[in-house]
Amino acid sequence: MLIRKPDDIPALEITPKADYMNRRKFLAQAAAVGLTAGSALFSPRSAFAGTKLQAVKSPLTTTGEELTSYKDVTTFNNFYEFGTGKEEPAIYAQDLPTRPWTLRVEGKVKKPLTFDIDQLLKLRPLEDRVYRHRCVEAWSMVIPWIGYSLSELIKQCEPLSTAKYVQFLSWYDKRYIHWPGQTGIQWPYSEGLRMDEAMHPLTLLTFGLYGEVLPNQNGAPVRIVVPWKYGFKSAKSIVTMRFIDYMPPTTWNELAPTEYGFYSNVNPNVDHPRWSQKTERRIGQPFYAQRKTTLFLNGYADQVASLYTGMDLKRNF
Amino acid sequence: MKKTSLVVLKILTWAACLFPAAWLTYAAITNTLGPDPTATITFTTGKTALWLLTISLAITPIRQLLKPLNWLLRFRRLLGLFAFFYASLHLLTYIGLYAGFDLRTIVDDVTRRRFIFIGFAAWLILLPLAATSTNWAIRKLGGKRWALLHKSVYFAALAGVIHYWWGVKPGVRTPLLVTVVFLMLMAARLLLAWLKRGRAMR
Repeated sequence: MLIRKPDDIPALEITPKADYMNRRKFLAQAAAVGLTAGSALFSPRSAFAGTKLQAVKSPLTTTGEELTSYKDVTTFNNFYEFGTGKEEPAIYAQDLPTRPWTLRVEGKVKKPLTFDIDQLLKLRPLEDRVYRHRCVEAWSMVIPWIGYSLSELIKQCEPLSTAKYVQFLSWYDKRYIHWPGQTGIQWPYSEGLRMDEAMHPLTLLTFGLYGEVLPNQNGAPVRIVVPWKYGFKSAKSIVTMRFIDYMPPTTWNELAPTEYGFYSNVNPNVDHPRWSQKTERRIGQPFYAQRKTTLFLNGYADQVASLYTGMDLKRNF
Repeated sequence: MKKTSLVVLKILTWAACLFPAAWLTYAAITNTLGPDPTATITFTTGKTALWLLTISLAITPIRQLLKPLNWLLRFRRLLGLFAFFYASLHLLTYIGLYAGFDLRTIVDDVTRRRFIFIGFAAWLILLPLAATSTNWAIRKLGGKRWALLHKSVYFAALAGVIHYWWGVKPGVRTPLLVTVVFLMLMAARLLLAWLKRGRAMR
């Protein structure tokens, strides 16, 4: 496999010039921004979607793509806890109790920890990052997320050297009125990453989109976003993060192992059994302009291909 | 049934059958097909085809159960042809918006993907039925042979139902309703045939 070396991009080209020239001011601003974001969210009333989050533009943002509209990003969702229809989560996820919210960190860590959502919001300055989002169903979006690299949180968790994988467990409550009964899914929703994938700076611990707190249907109040993998790898509404020494069972892989692999890297050369992954449909475009070529690792190959050196990605799909 | 009522009913049926296509056209022009227009077109044409085919299959059992509704027969061809019309639109959607009119992609999909294969098979079964739907064709073939040929509509509907199930993700139950209706209609036919035979034997 051909793995290209990352391009040498001068920092000047990535960071806005004013910020680049004023690093000290930038850092002070970022800190202030983190504080205000945190305190604004302190009162439960303002914890809901629509609350503004202050964030600084990240150098890891994807450029040159037209953003998918806020409306489409927030009304076309896969979130099976709230129904299997694309429009259902936007309706039924409104009762998701996003406050109070804690994230438990357990398993192979120095000591188990519990983070409050407001603590997480203040942990690092929030960044604005535009990512391509490619669903395994062959549709795609371009979304301006808000968050910081998951690695920043993992560092705080002090995982042991025996931790090889991270498992993410999503919120679930079978008492919830609209709980879907017969989907065949073993709840809670479980996803996982290899440690090096989780530590990659592109893997985003996500709190918002379009400058605002995540709408519930998009995985409020905290989720991960792994832009080079199919969308279902980006677990929503996370309550537990578990460091383990084995490959964790993951929801879609358990449901249909021939269709959804553990890695599920976006790969135009590996078809889904039922459809080709060579192309995708961009959401929000007219029907005649939707079809786009799917990029290897969703266009993030320069950054992440080295994670898979020597691996047969057809077998480890 | 009076001639005028029949004409009114026919017009209403035409309007109802044309509605999905008219809506799709309008929504395509005004760009209101929703976030995923290709999927909207695919599902609208596919579901309409399958439902019209299923409804057309309901006519014979209803006529047998309720003799005064015998006139329903005059709607069967209309429904069947509209089912074929939407099945063709559905196929065209696939060819244009999914395969990009690329023959190699189409051959690849039909031969390697069972849900596309069976969907294509359903359309192929419907093709000769649509072609022999004229009175001239019925005369030419002779009633018996024509009726035998048109029995294959069951296979087309069955293939359509399987196509729907194989197309959706595990956990999705949207094809359930049309499947239950289809199976009930098949059961009704078997039951009616069995009752008829019992009567004939007495």
